[in-house]
Amino acid sequence: MTVHKGRGFAAINYPIGMNLGGDPSQALVHSNPDGKFTVALSAIDLGQGMKSVTRQIAAETLGVPIADVYVDTADSDTGPHDMGSFASRGTHRMGNAVIQASLEARAVMLEAAAEELEVDAGDLVTDGQGNIHVRGAPSRSITTMAAAQAAQFKQGRTIAGRGIFLIPLSDVDPDTGEMSPVTTFAHAALVVEVTVDDETGEVEVVDIQSAYEVGRALNPGLVEQQLRGGAWMGMSHAAWETTEPYYPARDHGPVDFNHYAMPGPGDLPTHHISVLERPAEDGPYGGKGPGEMCANPMLPAVVNAVYDAVGVRIDELPVTPEKVLRGIRANGGAKPRQAL
Amino acid sequence: MAKIPVTLTHNGTERAAFADPGQNLLEFLRRGLGDLSPKYGCGQGTCGACTVTIDGETHLSCLVLAETAAGRDVRTAAGLAKGATLDPLQDAFMEHFAAQCGYCTPGMLVSARALLDRNPNPSREEVVEAISGNLCRCTGYEPIIQAILSVAGRRASA
Amino acid sequence: MSVGTNGFELRKEIFADERDDNLNEIGKRTRRQDIEGHVTGRSPFYDDHLFDGLLHMRCVRSPHHHARVRRIDTAAAERMPGVVRIVTGRDVPVNLNTLLSLLDFGLDDEPILSEAKVAYKGEPVAAVIAETEAQARAAVQAVRVEWEVLPHVLDVEEALKPGAPSVNPAYPKNAFVYHGKYDHQKLRYGDLDRALAQADHVVEGRYQMSPIEQAPMETCGAIAAQEQNGRYVCYTGTQALFFSLGTASKVLNLPSSRLHFIGGTVGGGFGGKVDSVHEPLAILGTMLTGRPVKFQWDREEEMQVGAPRGAERWYITDGVMADGRIVARRFTGYFDCGAYTRLSSYAIIKGVGHLPGPYTIPNVYADVYCVYTNRTPATAMRGFGITGVDFAIEAHMDKVAETVGMNPVELRILNAYRDGDMKAHRRVAKNCALVECCQVAAEKAGVRLSPDLLAASSKTGGGGARGQLPAHTATDQNGRVEGYSSGSYAQKGGASAPASPAMPTPMPQPAPPPAPAPAASPPVASAPPPQPAPAAQPAKKPARSGAMRFSSLSGFRRR
Repeated sequence: MTVHKGRGFAAINYPIGMNLGGDPSQALVHSNPDGKFTVALSAIDLGQGMKSVTRQIAAETLGVPIADVYVDTADSDTGPHDMGSFASRGTHRMGNAVIQASLEARAVMLEAAAEELEVDAGDLVTDGQGNIHVRGAPSRSITTMAAAQAAQFKQGRTIAGRGIFLIPLSDVDPDTGEMSPVTTFAHAALVVEVTVDDETGEVEVVDIQSAYEVGRALNPGLVEQQLRGGAWMGMSHAAWETTEPYYPARDHGPVDFNHYAMPGPGDLPTHHISVLERPAEDGPYGGKGPGEMCANPMLPAVVNAVYDAVGVRIDELPVTPEKVLRGIRANGGAKPRQAL
Repeated sequence: MAKIPVTLTHNGTERAAFADPGQNLLEFLRRGLGDLSPKYGCGQGTCGACTVTIDGETHLSCLVLAETAAGRDVRTAAGLAKGATLDPLQDAFMEHFAAQCGYCTPGMLVSARALLDRNPNPSREEVVEAISGNLCRCTGYEPIIQAILSVAGRRASA
Repeated sequence: MSVGTNGFELRKEIFADERDDNLNEIGKRTRRQDIEGHVTGRSPFYDDHLFDGLLHMRCVRSPHHHARVRRIDTAAAERMPGVVRIVTGRDVPVNLNTLLSLLDFGLDDEPILSEAKVAYKGEPVAAVIAETEAQARAAVQAVRVEWEVLPHVLDVEEALKPGAPSVNPAYPKNAFVYHGKYDHQKLRYGDLDRALAQADHVVEGRYQMSPIEQAPMETCGAIAAQEQNGRYVCYTGTQALFFSLGTASKVLNLPSSRLHFIGGTVGGGFGGKVDSVHEPLAILGTMLTGRPVKFQWDREEEMQVGAPRGAERWYITDGVMADGRIVARRFTGYFDCGAYTRLSSYAIIKGVGHLPGPYTIPNVYADVYCVYTNRTPATAMRGFGITGVDFAIEAHMDKVAETVGMNPVELRILNAYRDGDMKAHRRVAKNCALVECCQVAAEKAGVRLSPDLLAASSKTGGGGARGQLPAHTATDQNGRVEGYSSGSYAQKGGASAPASPAMPTPMPQPAPPPAPAPAASPPVASAPPPQPAPAAQPAKKPARSGAMRFSSLSGFRRR
């Protein structure tokens, strides 16, 4: 009748993007006559923040305030081809396409401004506040709005850009498995603390201390969303969820959320997240994708923690009170190690 | 079989539409009244995405027969804002990144609003209890709890 | 002390020399563009569109794991109130598909509505379209199907044994055929058996991961309607707009110019909405009835009919020295693909490319199988191809740590890959950060590390001897299959020195922040272009749509 504490560790890396490459993304960026930009994508926002991160990337690259950028998805009539939102590819592939399109649009915008200011476009910078001015001489300036209007109605220029990002498709050696999976990887490591009740077999996840390396946290709020939500999902995989509780038999498969168990708001551990940034050479501003790797280390960390707590090795997920109790019984009692 | 006329108060306004026999309140609100804010998540009363209030109490609209809501005061997430002014909970959710895909959010906000209306200064445990019927697959719940706690104590009633 | 508290921090000092953080919008905690829509309930999900005369579609599904379809009798159902049309496989213009055919990877093996047989419980054989959902449900119950129940197999290792029930006619031995040659994908790096024999300890493990449902709060679905000018509009919850459009175009034999797909906010995907077939059925419904048609899964279908993350079974054997260096690692992996291929064939390749995990191990051997069983076909889910094997690897690492009497964190850092190390898929590691993640996690949790391991870095200690390819790699022809041929893609040779991968041009960093100096290997020449098709051409190629890609990976069965 004791609750035992235990800790478990796991470390992983994660490939960013569709395996073997060959997954292109395209973007179109254009300005209306007032210098307000639309980024047209067919990429899907399913909560990960695709629209938001590409908006920031476009604003940064164009050199305009974010309020002047709007990302429009996902319409096959207006959005150019994108492979889709999966494999942690969105930020990396689509972000790069948006940069390329934004660079092209920016170049035209600077040419338009240069013509109005009668300077060389190479001498111009943007201040990110809606102005274009000569480097080192902020008084010689023009608003992006005025530059756009001049381009549209006086000069006959389109402030627009196209972008595509594609990692060439890799082949796979049938005999050795040699391949180029992706070009960059994210990383994570974490320590999980659990308690295990040796009478009921119940496992509670109490605390997580994590470190995630994401290339660059393009928006810390979006990164935190993914990491916190993903760690929750990983915990759920480890000790709650299954569609086949008696796998490989299909009996008693859950058909509603009463039986498909997931941790609720009362089951949450504390979670302290540290983010490391080692920019990807080919990532947008060095960014990688945090969306999938956030869940993965939780699964083994929880089983390792259960072993640390009561000495029971659970090699078949999910961890259940039944498996814990059977293991304790087979060992002749709880055998806490508490070695980590 | 004949359709059933149902008149009720929807977010403060008297509305009427015809319900199919056996139609639940969720479908009546969405198809009959054009209020798309409550969502279909399960149709089994286990996820909370369809949460609305009826006479101030939270209910799972997928389990309520539309005709039984006749004459009642029904409120949804679409009615949280006062004109152009958002409810403080809506501001707090935005500030705390308490929504990702947004699908659970309308139901979650209705439950949170109902909590604060009856208990303006809840403890964390009381917040957890109030939202335990609203499943979220994206956020891991913590930002939602923080958003609600940040509003607690500030407002006494709707 | 961060244990017991929620928190979020950016450890800017780590790798600071590789970054210029002088950016404007990037790095800000900017409010999401779409969140106001979420909190007001105005964000439009696919079902948040009102259509006049909307019809509802529901499927008739197999109650058996495996059965032949003798007869489908829709007469009684057709007479029921509100029923407008019942659709069967005969109505589907191209009733055989696999998503990856759009990338020329794999055989079309899955009907949209099955006609001859069903291979999993829940497989659809007809679709009823009615005025209301309730009427559609009632009519589904009235469809009479005569089944001839067949033996079924549910265990991956049982399915690979001779004599097991054959699940999928495209792969009668229940294993996907890779490269037209083998019933599994191999990873061979170094000489595993020799290294294992020389190890101080051998540690074995067996790991099983359960199937997992993506369980987004919004179930899968699509609404299709006629637009003007002979086009169809389809509102869909797909995660991959053009994959879905391409599938609909192929299955319905419609040029893509006649399809207008509108996605938008999706109520959670997690991989379960990449390989969707709701769109073709909804569009077919609108083509046949002239009215808008909604095809939405209820939660029960989402859970048991919707493709889950497939179960995985992994056997791992490590050879480890007394000082904790892992010198050999062998994997045998079984992906439970379920009844149809879908994306599983790709997952195995992704998983193999991931082995042995983020560690530098000089001898690695893996056989990974994509196995067909009579259960709901698997699909992608968060971490696809990786989650299951990472669970196995990291649980196994703890066993290894215990065997050699080492702190589990120290074991990771000791074996962690570093910049310049050669990886088992024969590419040089760069941009590594496993060591630093281990150090930070340990520090926060108060786990003590030795001074050597505290001083370790991903940027030092790699390359050199660790960056060399093994002098000898043992290869084999185990698992060779006959009767399959690969496409016209060039086959790479054996264990000769590989070209480094064709590097994409690093994205230009726009002004003002300068690009950090790249630390790792410079881009090299591309691999030579594929050779024209060699002598062995299949007698009859199955019809393939889409670009000629990936075809070296899949086996095409000779007729």
